[in-house]
Amino acid sequence: MINLNSEKLATKSANQKTIKCVVWDLDNTLWNGVLLEDDRIELKPNVLSIVKTLDNRGILQSIASKNDYDRAMAKLEELGLHDYFLYPQINWNSKVSSIQEIAKLINIGINAIAFIDDQPFELEEVNFSLPKVFCINAAFLEKLLDMPEMNPIFITEDSKNRRLMYIGDIQRQKLESEFVGSKEEFLATLKMHFTISLAQEEDLQRAEELTTRTNQLNTTGYTYSYDELNQFRQSNNHKLLIASLSDKYGSYGKIGLALVECQQNIWTIKLLLMSCRVMSRGVGAIMLNYIMKLAKENNVRLCAEFVFNNRNRMMYIAYKFAGFKEIDKKYELSLLENDLKSIQPYPKYIQIQIILNPT
Amino acid sequence: MKAAKSRIKNFLAQYFGDRELQDDENIFALGFVNSMFAMQLVLFIEKEFEITIENEDLDLENFKSINAMVNLLDRKTTVVAGN
Repeated sequence: MINLNSEKLATKSANQKTIKCVVWDLDNTLWNGVLLEDDRIELKPNVLSIVKTLDNRGILQSIASKNDYDRAMAKLEELGLHDYFLYPQINWNSKVSSIQEIAKLINIGINAIAFIDDQPFELEEVNFSLPKVFCINAAFLEKLLDMPEMNPIFITEDSKNRRLMYIGDIQRQKLESEFVGSKEEFLATLKMHFTISLAQEEDLQRAEELTTRTNQLNTTGYTYSYDELNQFRQSNNHKLLIASLSDKYGSYGKIGLALVECQQNIWTIKLLLMSCRVMSRGVGAIMLNYIMKLAKENNVRLCAEFVFNNRNRMMYIAYKFAGFKEIDKKYELSLLENDLKSIQPYPKYIQIQIILNPT
Repeated sequence: MKAAKSRIKNFLAQYFGDRELQDDENIFALGFVNSMFAMQLVLFIEKEFEITIENEDLDLENFKSINAMVNLLDRKTTVVAGN
């Protein structure tokens, strides 16, 4: 991919996967001119609306710019844009390391990142070291919003608020690092409220979004269309559960999903996922616990399918530590079973509400 | 294995605060198994002692107490030494 000015690079896709975060260069990309050399810096035409539109679509944004941090942040503030960028990397490091840092801090895969720059050198370096990053030449900025990668299938309430939730998370992390005491004591100060309910029709877009966006805290990675999910929701042989979480800072929205296939004597968890946003909140196993209790009350065996994807080991650990044992394995698919002899109580640091409203 | 014991204790102190854990005390009996903690515990053991925890080792029994973890480490390192 040497000819960086070609149309090819501008439209190169990372398997047409939706981008979760757009990383901007500043000089001659976000604005015209070089901040440290020019007195007059102006945003490129349409940049304001591009940034706001991406934000509305639930696509996060950050910055990788070789620049003076204080001056660049002051300029962004003056332009009214500074709140739109999470973890801006404004330093003299390579863009490769800045992008890696952003991926780590937001906790997303490198292949969910797009990088916009005007300099062929930067694009080429990122393309060389991080071939999964979707590189876009700033010359093609006009076309950005029309690219399929920048158009998620659904835009839900949760996607619109995504950036604000991440900002809330940054505040929480800061407090957590300053907190003296055990993690559980810290979690208790958050006054978390976890709700599990049967998915309703209005939850389905978000449910589908969760199945396609969540890789890490996902037990099987099965994806289901809106219509399939709608059938499960109404089927007597399935339970489609959705979980939401809020705390004293506000709501994280709908962050967990589980699909249980219910046969007469045996239930199988086909899918259990939690949004990575809530990873550090210690809520991952609550949904699992609830399903275990429910299975026990219904006198059925409880199994769970698991498909390894290199990043979802945490969910395997969650199953194993909840007492599941592997009973069968075919290629990447493991079948686990829990004898339901010992079910842990819910954690004390969180308030749990179960809503099984039949409609 | 004394060194291993104190390294594990230091790690656990972050989670259990001032509470003095006994070597054979079931750390999961003290409360809910938080999946984040479980993951961090597994990663800590792997990194700190340079071993790989296989899927079959991922059992609550192997991590339920300081002694259980030390035993797991013993087993894992003996196998390596035997090779």
